[in-house]
Amino acid sequence: MSKGTLFDKVWDLHTVGVLPSGQTQLFIGLHLIHEVTSPQAFAMLRERGLKVLFPERTIATVDHIVPTDNQSRPFLDSMAEAMMQALESNCQEQGITFYNVGSGSQGIVHVIAPELGLTQPGMTVACGDSHTSTHGAFGAIAFGIGTSQVRDVLASQTLALAKLKVRRIEVNGTLRPGVYAKDVILHIIRTLGVKGGVGYAYEFAGTTFEQMNMEERMTVCNMAIEGGARCGYVNPDEVTFTYLKGRQFAPQGEAWEKAVVWWTQLRSDADAEYDDRVVFDATEIEPTITWGITPGQGIGVQEPIPTPDEMPEEERPIAEEAYRYMDLQPGTPIQGTRVDVCFIGSCTNGRLSDLREAARFAKGRRVAEGVKAFVVPGSERVKQQAEAEGLHHIFLEAGFEWREPGCSMCLAMNPDKLEGRQLSASSSNRNFKGRQGSASGRTLLMSPAMVVAAAVTGVVSDVRELL
Amino acid sequence: MGQINSQIQVITGRGLPLVGNDIDTDRIIPARFLRSITFDGLGEEVFADDRTQTQGQHPFDLPQYQGAAILIVNGNFGCGSSREHAPQAIARWGIQAIVGESFAEIFFGNCVAIGIPCVTADPAAIKQLQEQVMTTPQTSLTLDLDGLQVQWEGGSITLTMKEGPRQMFTTGTWDACGQLLAQRDQIQATTERLPYLTWATTKSA
Repeated sequence: MSKGTLFDKVWDLHTVGVLPSGQTQLFIGLHLIHEVTSPQAFAMLRERGLKVLFPERTIATVDHIVPTDNQSRPFLDSMAEAMMQALESNCQEQGITFYNVGSGSQGIVHVIAPELGLTQPGMTVACGDSHTSTHGAFGAIAFGIGTSQVRDVLASQTLALAKLKVRRIEVNGTLRPGVYAKDVILHIIRTLGVKGGVGYAYEFAGTTFEQMNMEERMTVCNMAIEGGARCGYVNPDEVTFTYLKGRQFAPQGEAWEKAVVWWTQLRSDADAEYDDRVVFDATEIEPTITWGITPGQGIGVQEPIPTPDEMPEEERPIAEEAYRYMDLQPGTPIQGTRVDVCFIGSCTNGRLSDLREAARFAKGRRVAEGVKAFVVPGSERVKQQAEAEGLHHIFLEAGFEWREPGCSMCLAMNPDKLEGRQLSASSSNRNFKGRQGSASGRTLLMSPAMVVAAAVTGVVSDVRELL
Repeated sequence: MGQINSQIQVITGRGLPLVGNDIDTDRIIPARFLRSITFDGLGEEVFADDRTQTQGQHPFDLPQYQGAAILIVNGNFGCGSSREHAPQAIARWGIQAIVGESFAEIFFGNCVAIGIPCVTADPAAIKQLQEQVMTTPQTSLTLDLDGLQVQWEGGSITLTMKEGPRQMFTTGTWDACGQLLAQRDQIQATTERLPYLTWATTKSA
């Protein structure tokens, strides 16, 4: 059993008690809600005659269903409009702060909470969205929950949970040019598998993560869930504190000084005990791309698509399913595969540094003939900052579309969808069958820079050739 | 659903085998069906795209499995999104319990919260159970959360389940909301040792 880790310390601090079932009742310091997984939870509250216990610890935004082109109300999709109205009235009725479209702070929930300084070290964060693990980048214990659990948090600000084990994932060394945080997490998932993290929290440690900025750490923690780990975190350090300082909800003045002391104490002890440890060498990580239908089916861009005989027997059936679905041949290169759609955005890679890096490669180049390429900023703030830097001009001149913020084609709950068998190069987090809105659509996950490389060449390419 | 707490100890009914690892929540219920403010109607849409593509040959469509109560799956079932719509769709189709090699964590927790036990067994036992149901679909299965077994005429397999969730089902406390709310004093006490609650409230700006 782990001891002395940040996970242990934060878990213990937030433990309300032990329930008769033996599960922990855990206090949730920050509850983030959005339009998809909350309306049924509010309905359950009403049925039971309950109110939101800590409305001041609850924050709402709208992200999954918002159109990224025409955002005028009512939305053209009447079901999306109904979800929007339900969130608006639920927040108003319960006194919950709602960052609506046009507020200047709306965006993907996992982009806006860090931007606003709401996400802080040592907190527990819950949200009805599996990518809540993102907030672990700040040294918070953050995880996704379902709608009945959203109800529980609204009603009691607590959850019934079993404690997780802790695996320390250490990556050391400097990433080579053209290799990004996205490649690091795709490499980890490829190695440990999509269910390797079930039952674990992942502590990301080592010099590679220490060298990363907060947005890069968020990219890594965001995809912990794709490796089966419900939460992932990085110990807070000067990089964390510098990011937070001065943000809207960050502590100020005397409180700031106290906060830094408290946050620092929460770091995993030097002699902390872990349930498991894994070590990677950053210099061995290549630009990584998925070829299949799970985020674990990844390869270095220069590698051929693996053949069944080189994988463990239990992975062969899903690999066979992936070859058929993706229409890709084992043993052949992934490079040169023609792409139809290129998507830059999502809670994984829709932040300012992602757009800057993408723009660096888009500058002076043109999207290839027949390729649809679009950029969806993660939030209104990201969009505004990107425009202030002129990034939108670079994208537009290169032939990318420049859209309004939202989750967009990561999961295609809004009008942005693949059509038919289209193949997408995507900076998002999931390559599941049908994920991007077409039941037969295909997704290759990669870094934003690699998406640009695919967009401008029309085929899967190694971004290092554009350096 | 999930309104009335009730003890869940024994589930009897026919089985539905769904073979394959890493069956994700996007396949269980594609995102377009999440565009709703209720869970109504999700039962008909469970595995919508897989079913369309298999043209009537999907286990959820095959006549011999209609009315089944126990879903039998392989490894990492329910991976992906936190959408409770996935277990809601399965439950609203008629499934009352899921037996598998392993489950994704958020999916498992969502199932507990709506009263659907997910129990595990080793791969050989799952294979045996899936084959039993495939060869004799009318087999009546009895899933016993006290004895941790699935039994049928002529066979049985041993199940495993963590004690916490097992007890939540057998004692009828899987809907935790009431229990959590009963601890208001301890919740208050917990807030007093969390300094960040007073640094800045979300209402201050």
